[in-house]
Amino acid sequence: METYLFYALALILVTFSILTVTARNPVRSAVYLVSALLAVAGFFFLLEAEFVGAVQVLVYVGGIMVLFLFVIMLVSIEALDRQPKVSRQWRTGVVLAVVLCLELSLLIFRGTVSLEEGLAEPGIITTTETMNTEAVGTVLYSTYLLPFEIASVLLLVAIVGAVVLAKKEI
Amino acid sequence: MDLNYAALLPEILLAVAGILLMLAIPVLPSRQQVRLGYAASLALAAALVTALLQWGDHGPAFFGMVSMDALGGAARILFLVSSAAVALISVSYLKRERLRHGEYFPLLLMATVGMSLMAVSADLIMTFLGLEILSISSYVLAGYRRGDPRSNESALKYFLLGAFSTAFMLYGIALLYGAAGSTKYAGIAEAATQGQAETATFLLGLGLLLVGFGFKAALAPLHVWTPDVYQGAPVPITAHLAVGSKAAVLITLLRLLHQVFPASADQWQTLLWIASAATMIIGNVAALTQTDVKRLLAYSSIAHAGYILLGVIANSPRGAQGVLFYLAAYSLMTLGAFAVVQVFARREERFTKLEDFRGIGYRHPLLSVSLTIFLLSLIGIPPTAGFYGKLFLFSAAVEADLVALVILAVLASAVGLYYYLQLIVLMFMKEAASPPEPVPVPLAARIVILLMAAGTLYLGVYPAQVLSIAGEAAGL
Repeated sequence: METYLFYALALILVTFSILTVTARNPVRSAVYLVSALLAVAGFFFLLEAEFVGAVQVLVYVGGIMVLFLFVIMLVSIEALDRQPKVSRQWRTGVVLAVVLCLELSLLIFRGTVSLEEGLAEPGIITTTETMNTEAVGTVLYSTYLLPFEIASVLLLVAIVGAVVLAKKEI
Repeated sequence: MDLNYAALLPEILLAVAGILLMLAIPVLPSRQQVRLGYAASLALAAALVTALLQWGDHGPAFFGMVSMDALGGAARILFLVSSAAVALISVSYLKRERLRHGEYFPLLLMATVGMSLMAVSADLIMTFLGLEILSISSYVLAGYRRGDPRSNESALKYFLLGAFSTAFMLYGIALLYGAAGSTKYAGIAEAATQGQAETATFLLGLGLLLVGFGFKAALAPLHVWTPDVYQGAPVPITAHLAVGSKAAVLITLLRLLHQVFPASADQWQTLLWIASAATMIIGNVAALTQTDVKRLLAYSSIAHAGYILLGVIANSPRGAQGVLFYLAAYSLMTLGAFAVVQVFARREERFTKLEDFRGIGYRHPLLSVSLTIFLLSLIGIPPTAGFYGKLFLFSAAVEADLVALVILAVLASAVGLYYYLQLIVLMFMKEAASPPEPVPVPLAARIVILLMAAGTLYLGVYPAQVLSIAGEAAGL
């Protein structure tokens, strides 16, 4: 069952990824990308990492894609339409893609040992009994309470900084 | 293990003060915005008092995310003094340049929170967050003169290159977590002694971490951003970058290498040996040809980071003691020098060329005499702080068999003699080209200059007390 689900999701992911880069209209591209990202979230659920899956949906599909769409709305689509469909650097692209494919297949078929060598046992969440959302919540509000809170100071500084630099009349 | 809020009292105080200052911006009428600067200085003074009261506290807090010890306590006090001096010279600067006081001081306070958290952190995640708070506030502050293209250039360069170095560092932390199974300092140190230190993942992680820190501390060959960023930033922020920010990065580096990665000492000592030699040579030689005093001090700060590395490479408590003493001395003399430059530059920073200092010696005795003290200390001539700073650093390095590097450092300092003395000669032995123009010295800046000069002389005459504090912090 899981295997079939995996291949179904993989098919969706690959299809929509190809559509994302081939679509002429950037808005369509963005919507295809949303579908591709949802498929990735599906993989996380399949791995029983439902927290990461939910974050994937919330952050990537919800937040980052809306940001993309806003930017696309602000640029002129007509100008993009006139551009050539295939970039002039396609030869470089093909070479890089082949190299990447070789590298990945080497890692997948031959490199299991080298991937795991030198890695430690997973540390924080070892229990499989509780849902991992619960486990993440527990460590986030106990051990990692301070980093969690301090991250808000970081975000505050970033927001204030962006406003200071971008505000029209100071 | 419990929370132990009290351990982070100075940081909490500063963060709350920063937020309150932001809330005060719309309430205060525009003529009274100047008070924000004094309020920020008061908050820093209050945090300094708390930090002093906490001197001697030990033990972990916040579930082991931070750990109180003498090194963290001493570093915290250094950062608070530096930020307070920066805040005091900023008040008259912002008024003169007609810049908004509003967001400047909250950002400075938050940067201090970041530095302080780095000092007491016991977990790479906390270190990273502290460094990012410091960096992001510094990017914005470097570009605070929005009307000046040089300030924009400074902020943009610092931001782009800083973001790259952050990525390197984060990747390094991820690899170290993969190799050690923990981001805690103690956990990584333990994994290193159990054989993980030899693995490629671990060494790669350490290397990337060093790249990140090397960039932030402006060590050669990752120093190229420094002169432009220092020149374009507002003078008080240049002082903050050269002193507080640099000290925070160097102290964190010292703690990490001495406490967490002693098992990989062979590897990082070799790397830092090369970086230290290159930093000293490039910093001093490039400073020779500078015509702008801000750029000159930028290269001089690069060179000094090279000297400080000697104590880190020594990998001994004596080396750490030397580093801390040198950082205290370096902070006093560099803050003082930048305070003089801030006052002398006048409106729109018109007078920062070396030529502008020609013949001011007898016309502005306060500025020229104190600048001379700071420059003599930067050279390392007794009876100033810089002399003992170099003495302790170099002797610790000799004890650790780093004779070749020490010889190089002495030669590099001799090169430094030329460009520092050149400025002193210009001030006292040349005739001024233009008719005199008054240089108003605001009270707060005057206090900072006098305090820093007094501190520089005090450390040069009676170094024992600060040396013993540095020794305690270094675990001697």
